[in-house]
Amino acid sequence: MSALDINAILQAMQTAVPGAQITLLENPSPSAQHSLLLPAEHAIALARFLRDEPTLRFDFCSNATGVDWPDTEITEKIKTKTLVDGVEKEVEETRKTLRPGYLEAVYHLFSMELKHGPLVIRMRTADRAANVSLPSMTAVWRSTDFQEREIFDLFGIVFTGHHDLRRLLMWEEFTDHPMRKDYAPPAEDDGTERPVVEVAAAEGSVAE
Amino acid sequence: MDQDLKIQLGKQGVFTTTLEEVYNWGRKSSVWPLTFGLACCAIEMIATTMARYDLARFGAEVFRPSPRQADLIIVSGTVTKKMAPQIVRLYNQMPEPKYVIAMGACAISGGPFRDGYNVLKGIDRYIPVDVHIPGCPPRPEALIYGFMELQRRIQQQELTGVRAPSFTVPSEPSEFHIPAFGQHGLEPAMNASIAPRPQLVQITPAPAEKATS
Repeated sequence: MSALDINAILQAMQTAVPGAQITLLENPSPSAQHSLLLPAEHAIALARFLRDEPTLRFDFCSNATGVDWPDTEITEKIKTKTLVDGVEKEVEETRKTLRPGYLEAVYHLFSMELKHGPLVIRMRTADRAANVSLPSMTAVWRSTDFQEREIFDLFGIVFTGHHDLRRLLMWEEFTDHPMRKDYAPPAEDDGTERPVVEVAAAEGSVAE
Repeated sequence: MDQDLKIQLGKQGVFTTTLEEVYNWGRKSSVWPLTFGLACCAIEMIATTMARYDLARFGAEVFRPSPRQADLIIVSGTVTKKMAPQIVRLYNQMPEPKYVIAMGACAISGGPFRDGYNVLKGIDRYIPVDVHIPGCPPRPEALIYGFMELQRRIQQQELTGVRAPSFTVPSEPSEFHIPAFGQHGLEPAMNASIAPRPQLVQITPAPAEKATS
């Protein structure tokens, strides 16, 4: 399996679909499996290019899954040099920024013909509540049919263009998306009906 | 019947029995389970019926493809919430007398998947279970032991009197409420008439002894 040059693929994609803002997402872990973030409006054209380009031929999508990124507060420590009483000092500043949450669909692509892969592509929704639509990849890779239904079921991403977008695992009447990080199971199911052993603190016997 | 007299008569070559005993012996020797499996426990159940462990020795080799012909339902495996109404429906379709074996940790309580959003926390929330078999999955020997325990229970059932089992009492229910698919889970979450409510246990620790240093 030949190693893929993800930067070259990115360049090729950018020339094939001009105007598409493709971002390279670096993976800092030792696996260094970087991925490409595709803009939703050009995703189908880019996916078709990845599948049909003779030097790439990603003809097989082995896996499609979702990721939920809730609103997170990012704290950064920034060292700035300032003049204090005429002496230059290094002052550490903490800056907090709120990154709004989004939902993400991840696809793992392989080429059966050229025997290379995986190439990881991602798409992100605008937010986690109202704008959760992404284009469906079923027209490009037929294998994503059930997997996108599963993502729709468990994460709540609505795939536009999917021919049969129904819940896959949970029943039709179910309204939640259980794999979201803020999912709370119904009250009768939270384990409180287990026999609860409560240790009452007797007075004067507080362990120290 | 007096046991001593029975033994004495037996020594003289006179065989005595009661109608109840013969009837129960017949019932326990031909418990026909339902062809029904859910997960990895079902593989162990299948192994139990095959030549090596041979459940046929206990008269239970005839797995019936219809609940109308079955006496026993072995709930073998994880019960998902999507499957639970079907299991209650199958149980309701079985004729009395009928028995339930909950096989494995999942069927008893949800097991390792208890905290999952899609797993029922024990089939005894909806149907009355006669024998619970722990294990993950239980070995075929454990299933055979559980089956023998069920046979012992059937043998000891009194058919008349105050201790008669529920299937002899026409007013006792033989069908149970089938839960419905709700927006967040099954409705109701348990059948309160059969599932025992857990008790809150309060433990008051003894006053800590003064540290002697």
